[in-house]
Amino acid sequence: MSEIRNYTLNFGPQHPAAHGVLRLVLEMDGEVIERADPHVGLLHRATEKLAEYKPFNQSVPYMDRLDYVSMMCNEHGYVMAIEKMLGIEVPIRAQYIRVMFDEITRILNHMMWLGTHALDVGAMTVFLYCFREREDLMDMYEAVSGARMHAAYYRAGGVYRDLPDQMPQYELSKYKNEKDVKRLNENRQGSLLDFIEDFTNRFPAYIDDYETLLTDNRIWKQRTVGIGVVSPERAMNLGFTGPMLRGSGIEWDLRKKQPYEVYDKLKFDIPVGTAGDCYDRYLVRIEELRQSNRIIKQCIDWLRRNPGPVMLDDHKFATPPREEMKGNMEALIHHFKLFTEGYTVPAGEAYAAIEHPKGEFGIYIVSDGANKPYRLKIRAPGFVHLSAMDEMSKGHMLADVVAIIGTMDVVFGEIDR
Amino acid sequence: MSEYYQNLLEKLNERFGDAITGSSVKFGEANITVDKGKLLDVATALRDEAGFAFEECIDLCGVDYLEYGDGIWEGPRFCVTYHLLSVKNNHRLRMRVFADDEMPVVDSVINIWSSVNWFEREAFDLYGIVFDGHPDLRRILTDYGFIGHPFRKDFPLNGHVEMRYDPEKRRVIYQPVTIEPRVNQVRVVRDDHRYSDRMAEES
Repeated sequence: MSEIRNYTLNFGPQHPAAHGVLRLVLEMDGEVIERADPHVGLLHRATEKLAEYKPFNQSVPYMDRLDYVSMMCNEHGYVMAIEKMLGIEVPIRAQYIRVMFDEITRILNHMMWLGTHALDVGAMTVFLYCFREREDLMDMYEAVSGARMHAAYYRAGGVYRDLPDQMPQYELSKYKNEKDVKRLNENRQGSLLDFIEDFTNRFPAYIDDYETLLTDNRIWKQRTVGIGVVSPERAMNLGFTGPMLRGSGIEWDLRKKQPYEVYDKLKFDIPVGTAGDCYDRYLVRIEELRQSNRIIKQCIDWLRRNPGPVMLDDHKFATPPREEMKGNMEALIHHFKLFTEGYTVPAGEAYAAIEHPKGEFGIYIVSDGANKPYRLKIRAPGFVHLSAMDEMSKGHMLADVVAIIGTMDVVFGEIDR
Repeated sequence: MSEYYQNLLEKLNERFGDAITGSSVKFGEANITVDKGKLLDVATALRDEAGFAFEECIDLCGVDYLEYGDGIWEGPRFCVTYHLLSVKNNHRLRMRVFADDEMPVVDSVINIWSSVNWFEREAFDLYGIVFDGHPDLRRILTDYGFIGHPFRKDFPLNGHVEMRYDPEKRRVIYQPVTIEPRVNQVRVVRDDHRYSDRMAEES
C-alpha cells in the first residue's frame, strides 16, 4: 500500500482570487479540504484605536477606508451612532439623500462582488461589464462629494451639501475629440438627479445582461450549486447577516425589520433563498440590485419635489455657512470651536446598525462625556462571515474555496480594520 | 421602544435574579450586567428560552476602563460586551461581563454561539482577556510574534517598535519607535447643560 500524506497549502496573501490580503492555510487530503485556517490582520490599521484619539467629527473619513467598496454605508453607520447619542433629528431631505446614496453604494458593492466572483469562477466578461457600470456610479459620488471613492459626505446631523444642479461634463483634450466628448456628455446635460435617473432607466437591462451570462450558465451552476451550503440554524449561530443569512432562507433585513431613516416610507421587497448555497446567495444579490434600483427611483422622485435643508440648523454640531461666518461673530466662534474641539457626546454607550451591502454593519460607541469616543467598536459583517470559512469549505475541493471566498464578498479593509 | 425594553428587563430580572447585577435602558437600548460566574447559564437561557430567543451573537468586544472619565471609574478594569440579536422576536440586548485587572478571565461562550470564535480571539489579542474554554485562542489581528495588547489604554498609540528594512543585514528588523507622540486636539469633558434634561429623563 502506498503512503498517503496530507498536504498543507498556503493560499495567498498574494493570490488574485484571495480578494486582497487573505492568507489561507489549507490542510488538504489530496484535493479535498480537511481544515481551512484563514490568517487575517495583514491590513490591520487599528482604526478603532486611532478614532479614540480624534474628535467625533474627524473620524468620518476613516470609515470610508474600512470597506472600501461601500464607503458611504460605513459612514452612515458611524454618524447614526453619534446621532443616537446626541439625540438629534436629521432633516428629512438629508434622510432621503442618505437612503439614495446607500442604495447607490449597494449597487456599487454588488457590482464589485459580481464581477470578481464571476472572474474567480471563470467568467471574464461579467467583470468587464460590471466595471463599466461602476464608472457611472463613481461619477455620482464625485459629483456630490468631490471624491470618487472616499467621499466623507455624511456628517452627524445630515450630509455635507445638497445635490448639485449641474452634472460635471467632459472637456476636449488631446485624448478625447469632439465626437467622444459629445457622446460622453449626452446624459450629463442636466442635474445630478437627471444623471442618476438616466442610470436607473438603463440599469435593469444591464442586470438582464448579467443574468443571461450567468443564471442559466451550465459552468456557473456547476461551480456554485450545492457549494458552501449553510442551514438556517447554523447561519444564525454563526452570526450571519445580510445576503448570507437571506441566502439560507431567513427573511431578515434591517431596512424592513428595524427601519432607519426613511426606509419605512419606501416600497421594496426582500429576496430570500432556499438552499443556502453559493448559487442562492448569487440570486439573492442579483434581486437586491433590482430592488435597490427601485428604491433609488422613489428617492429621485421625492427629492425632485421637496427642496429643503440637508443639514441640521444647530451650529453646535454643524458648521455655519461660509457667508454667515464673514459677518457674524457667533458663527465664527462656532466654526472655530467645531474645528478645534468638536462637540462633546453625553456619557453612555450606544450601538447603531445599518443594513450594509455585506450584512449588518454596526458601530458601538462608549463615551465618557468627552469630545472623543472612549471606545469605538466596528462590527464588520465580513469578519464574521470569513470566520465561518472552515465550516463552509470542509469537504469541498480546492477550486470550491475560491467560489466560497467569492460568495462571502470579503473586503479586507473592514475585516482587518 | 423604551417601554418594550423596560418590560424585557423586568422579565430578565425576574428570570435570572442575582445573576444580573445591573440593568438599564438608555438611548433606547437594553443593557444588562451579568455576574461573571453565571455567564454560561444566563447565555444558554437567553439563546434557548422562547421569550428571549437570542439566536445571534452579533458582536463581542473588550473595553478597558482604565482612563474612563479621567479616573472616575470604580470597579473592575476590563469589560466584555456582547451584543445579542433575536431574529424571532426582533429585539436586541447588550450584555456586559466585568473582569479584574491582572489576568482577566471570562468563560468562553463559543459552544453557545459559534460566531464569537474570532471575536474572542480578537478581544484576547487586543486586550489580553482570556476566554476559558476557547479551543484555539491565538492572536488574530496583530503581527506574528507581536508583544503586548495594543488596545489597552496604557499601550501608546505609536506603539513600542517600528519595522524597517536594514540594507546591511539585508532583512527586515524591528527597532524602538522614532516618532514623537503628539496631541493635535485636546480631550475635553464638558458638563454640557444641553444634555442635562435628557439625561434626567432617561435615568
